[in-house]
Amino acid sequence: MSNISFNKFYRKFNILSLILIVISLVFLIFKGLNYGVDFKGGTLIELRTTDKTNNISLIRDSFNQMNLGDVSVKKFGNETDFIVKFEKQNSNDPEFIQNIKNKLSSSIGDVDFRRVENVGPKVSSELLKSGIIAISLSLAAMLLYIWIRFEWQFSLGAILAIFHDVIITLGIFSIFSLEINLSIVAAVLTIVGYSMNDTVVIFDRVRENLRKYSDIKIFDLTNISINETLSRTIITSVTTLLALFSIYLFGGEILKGFSLAMILGVIFGTYSSIYIANPILVALNVSQRTIVKEEKD
Amino acid sequence: MLYFSKLRIISVIVFTVIFSYFAFSNFVKFDDKFFSKNINLGLDLQGGSYLLLEIDNRPVITQKLQAKIIELKRYFKEKQITLKNFSLKGDTISFETTDNEIENIKNILNDKESDINTYYPTYKSHEFDVLEDGNLFSLNYSRYGLVLLKNSSLDQAIEIVRRRVDEVGTNEPNILKRGNDRILVELPGLDDPNRIKSLLGKTANLTFQFISQNNEESFGTEKLSFEDGSRDAIVSKRIILSGDNLVDAKPTMNSQTNETVVSFSLDRVGAKKFGKATSTGVGKQLAIVLDGKIISAPSVREPIIGGSGQISGDFTFQSATDLALLLRSGALPAPLNIIEERTVGPDLGQDSIDAGILSLFIGFLLVILFMIYKYRAFGLIANLALVSNLFLLIGILTLFEATLTLPGIAGIILTVGMAVDANVLIFERIKEETKNEKNPIIAFDAGYTKSRTTILDANITTLIAAFILFFMGSGPVKGFSVTLGVGILTTLFSVYFIARLLTSVYVVKNKDKEQLL
Repeated sequence: MSNISFNKFYRKFNILSLILIVISLVFLIFKGLNYGVDFKGGTLIELRTTDKTNNISLIRDSFNQMNLGDVSVKKFGNETDFIVKFEKQNSNDPEFIQNIKNKLSSSIGDVDFRRVENVGPKVSSELLKSGIIAISLSLAAMLLYIWIRFEWQFSLGAILAIFHDVIITLGIFSIFSLEINLSIVAAVLTIVGYSMNDTVVIFDRVRENLRKYSDIKIFDLTNISINETLSRTIITSVTTLLALFSIYLFGGEILKGFSLAMILGVIFGTYSSIYIANPILVALNVSQRTIVKEEKD
Repeated sequence: MLYFSKLRIISVIVFTVIFSYFAFSNFVKFDDKFFSKNINLGLDLQGGSYLLLEIDNRPVITQKLQAKIIELKRYFKEKQITLKNFSLKGDTISFETTDNEIENIKNILNDKESDINTYYPTYKSHEFDVLEDGNLFSLNYSRYGLVLLKNSSLDQAIEIVRRRVDEVGTNEPNILKRGNDRILVELPGLDDPNRIKSLLGKTANLTFQFISQNNEESFGTEKLSFEDGSRDAIVSKRIILSGDNLVDAKPTMNSQTNETVVSFSLDRVGAKKFGKATSTGVGKQLAIVLDGKIISAPSVREPIIGGSGQISGDFTFQSATDLALLLRSGALPAPLNIIEERTVGPDLGQDSIDAGILSLFIGFLLVILFMIYKYRAFGLIANLALVSNLFLLIGILTLFEATLTLPGIAGIILTVGMAVDANVLIFERIKEETKNEKNPIIAFDAGYTKSRTTILDANITTLIAAFILFFMGSGPVKGFSVTLGVGILTTLFSVYFIARLLTSVYVVKNKDKEQLL
């Protein structure tokens, strides 16, 4: 078993986390998130050109001439694949997409529309709302579950750890203007589950040790528990990350954002279950009496 | 924890074999229906179109309210109660009455047996909410009245949508209600939804009305423009015949003019009406109006009494076919708007499948190698559990013919990564127990027992996330929640039955060896 003094760095890492959270919040509030068409409405076209000399600016110019509102063009995997997003959406006009295709063909040569997504303003605002509800609901459900299973001090620790992970992951998406779409919501929910999972494993051990040793202070007790579960924490994070990196690298462009969010979430989730969840138990001065009292009730 | 009865061993093996068999049935063809189940591929994997349509119920509501006013007038006239100043403002019908009739009208409108304001006992609500202010009454659709109205208009619309989609003959379309004013249309394999979109975008309200010569028609007149936008015409509001009376329509070639026309035949009532109108209207121009636009306005040369006719109007063969299709399938009760559209081409779908399988394979391989490196013989056991976990997961998805999406594949890969967690928790616990307990069988047993609550806790949290995602998510994301959720269940099975069985066999055989794990 390892014997690393994690508890020596509680304060330092707490300050680091606080700084990261503040930076994330500042970006989230002032810069906001880069919503994709799922949440903002508009049109997304994934296109493949036959002419290899086509580049982003050429494609952007031809789209800009069509009066489609704000246009953004990005490379998408291959040399010849691009993702184009613009504000205008008119799915009621059956000719809308066909017209764009015709105009493009005359300006940049034959194009193949591999994917078209057209989301109206009503649907996008509903999707955003249900995404936010889903994430809040899962946080509430986790809180409830851990409240039933543990004492409130533990619930607070676990929930703050989850908030930490979600805020920082979203903060990174905001800082680098990465797109938020439906699959990112799925990723965030999975992060919530994973972070909770990791925290629960350590907390289970903390509680077990609280019963076992009445003379060890919580500050050292958390450290013992972290060390006892450390190899599990590392092995599980490694296998999960192996799977996620495999999706990120080989799973195609569509899953890139999803797997990136998950990778960040797993890294921060592992970190927070050690450096956020445990210091909170210390701060709340959890002792054998905390769990004994609860068990007597 | 390590003891397995013979019966249990056999059931674990049978269970695993059955589901693995279903997993394989995706790749093998069987004649028998029951054994040849397949996972459905989501639209993002097989390519296709997803359309979300919303009914614009405004015109229906206005129409119903106008009809209600006529009904109210007639109803109270029969009862010899005088009402005056009927008006329709927004969605409110209002009328005035004399002071001595107020109570009487109130009773009629609020009576549970009322035949003018229907009472729905299941909802404990009338069709209309009645408000009165002195002698001024106002009627509004009640919440449930509106819900019922929307539901009936949705039911009609979904029927028409189904007919139109079926007529186009796409491959296994999926048409579903969403809420009380939306219809979801999934069209697998369709990479260009333009034709379907233009067919669904038309209400297809067909009427025959005479073009009026003078402005003094008894029914009033309206100004309509021609389809091609070339000119306008003044048309009598009197509807000779509507699309409801059509029994068939098909595109044909007019042999005299050599142009494509739509020929139609009418039911008996329609034929009678049409015959009567055309015999009195010889020489007049008869406008054929579709959704408020005149398609053509031929002159009536002779009475048409056979109950069939032709619509001409610059058709190509395709547009004539589409018009005939629309007329055959009937008119929508209200216009439909397409509020969301997602189309994936078949080659992108195939690329996604290839990438998904490649990353599953690589992720799987990496995890397997890592586990063998970490735990040697027990790594092998964990890996066997992992392989059967994958078979079980795919087998269950196949048995229930679940829909597999790209995020769903990601969910499977993630399950592979997280599934070993339970075995890792157990193995690490056993390692700790071995320090104080020399008898490996007792140590292994204790390891399994003591790690159980932690494993349950940890998996339930992920299961909660999967559940919420399933109920809140849509489309591809829902597929992710399914594989993630089912993956947790198969993980627990493979860990507690398969891996534990293998562990118990291994430990009992090697109980005299030093340091098993």
